[in-house]
Amino acid sequence: MKQVLEGSMAIADGVRMAEPHVISAYPITPQTHIVEHLSQMVADGDLKAEFIMVESEHSAASVVLGASACGVRTYTATAAQGLLYMEEVIYNIAGMRLPVVMTLANRAVSAPINIWNDMQDAMAIRDTGAIMLIAENNQEAYDMHIQAFKIAENRDVMLPVIVNVDGFVLTHTFEVVETIDSIDKVKEYLPPINMEYKLDVENPYSLGTLGEPSVYMESRYNMYNAMKYSAGVITGAAKEFKDMFGRFYGGLTDAYKMDDAQTVIVAMGSVLGTIKDVVDELRETGKKIGVLKVRTFRPFPEEEIVNALKNVKNVIVIEKATCPGKGGILSVEIRDSLFKHKINTVNVNGYTLGLGGRDITPKNIKDLVKRAEKEENVDGEFVGLAQQYL
Amino acid sequence: MMKEIRIHGRGGQGSVTMAAILAISFFDDGNYCQAFPSFGSERTGAPVQAFARFSDKPIRTRHQIYEPDFVIVQDITLLKSVPVYKGIKDDGKILINSEAPVKDVINELGGIKEDAVVMFPALKIAMKILNKPIVNTTLLGAFSALSGVVSIDSVKKEIENRFGSKLGKLNAEAAQTAYNYVKGDKSGF
Repeated sequence: MKQVLEGSMAIADGVRMAEPHVISAYPITPQTHIVEHLSQMVADGDLKAEFIMVESEHSAASVVLGASACGVRTYTATAAQGLLYMEEVIYNIAGMRLPVVMTLANRAVSAPINIWNDMQDAMAIRDTGAIMLIAENNQEAYDMHIQAFKIAENRDVMLPVIVNVDGFVLTHTFEVVETIDSIDKVKEYLPPINMEYKLDVENPYSLGTLGEPSVYMESRYNMYNAMKYSAGVITGAAKEFKDMFGRFYGGLTDAYKMDDAQTVIVAMGSVLGTIKDVVDELRETGKKIGVLKVRTFRPFPEEEIVNALKNVKNVIVIEKATCPGKGGILSVEIRDSLFKHKINTVNVNGYTLGLGGRDITPKNIKDLVKRAEKEENVDGEFVGLAQQYL
Repeated sequence: MMKEIRIHGRGGQGSVTMAAILAISFFDDGNYCQAFPSFGSERTGAPVQAFARFSDKPIRTRHQIYEPDFVIVQDITLLKSVPVYKGIKDDGKILINSEAPVKDVINELGGIKEDAVVMFPALKIAMKILNKPIVNTTLLGAFSALSGVVSIDSVKKEIENRFGSKLGKLNAEAAQTAYNYVKGDKSGF
């Protein structure tokens, strides 16, 4: 059914369709509405789940870790400082190969204290071993949550999946979302969880115990390989979803007006919508420009990115995060991918915009299109600074 | 064709609710829609903004609204501190909750044309019908009549959905009264 939903409600409803058994929650803006909606659904009997309120994000992650280790489907959500407080546990969830699904309502990290959107929080956990998907709009966020459980619970993946949605920009925006009417159809897409290794009193087992130097590396290697393998599973889950529900947003990446493009803007998340509108406008003036959307930050879609960009002249990477002491993050990984494939004809420029909720306007994007053609190797330069505060 | 609406209010006046009701009403009328707050720190009394867009095509863009087709101002005291008129389109309209004549405020509106400004006694109507100084639903009724871009039936329906039977009916009545008032029928007032 097509309806107007707040992003948080769409996400909560997507999670409801996946029927998690255990949900842990500790509220933090802008994630709060998601767990509030889920709590309401549980209270109203619309979702048969155990809803566990905890005293911190560290506990929220620990609860889903423990519950998942017992073989049930689990979900939690967080943002920014809360995610950082969870990080230790996320490493454990990934290391223990537990298929927890989590929403990250992307938000800036303090200080200064800032509750608004950027993607710095996500970048802080990129090496935990969690799969990181990024939604562009609330329809994709809804669909992506259902896909996330399927990816996480794949026998050969067994990793946590973090669905990134821009805080406020998506979580607090009302827009048209087509929800799925039949929960049975979702069940067909997403069969009941069936974990091979789990905590079971009838069949005692240990998980997450000491890994001595003799086994630790192998354990990490297995996880590393599972992450690599997940790339195909993510694409498969997207295609299967398309076959059953008709909606598709690409696999690991998605190309928009790229066929003859000489200039391509690469970005992640909700800013892609604004970028696509600008690209349409520039296309009308005859500019050969396109967009490459990165849907999956981990595993990093190296092959897809290289194939999409190898014949392009100028690449503009728009990032809502920064690496002090280096520069860009996504742009560095893109440059590395091209370098590895011995492609040195692509001019990659990375720019930092939209930190801490700074709006990214069509003018910002148009200015970058002009700039990028004259610049080389820009490495995460900040755009749109107010001189009086420098 | 996309149209953009910017709502100015103070924290606690229900500007975000207003944008959300507007968006769902646009949808009921057969459009695509989008509504979002300016994501302030949401303190009661602080100036806030909320935004709404509608279009016959899916809406992808996410930036805040800098060149609105319509501006709605819930609290006239904002004119002293917030440039509510900023970026308004040449054929744009600004709806202000006030009983004052336009000439009293025109100097605070950055040189926009007088006929682009609609002063509307929303507080008076809200006090009469709701007995509360909350004007968002009343302004929605006035906006429907003034703009012609959203039907009063959809606005009333969504107000009732949002506020439940008793409060919803009263607020829908406030919206209808405001609608009639703008259309020249001041009988319910």
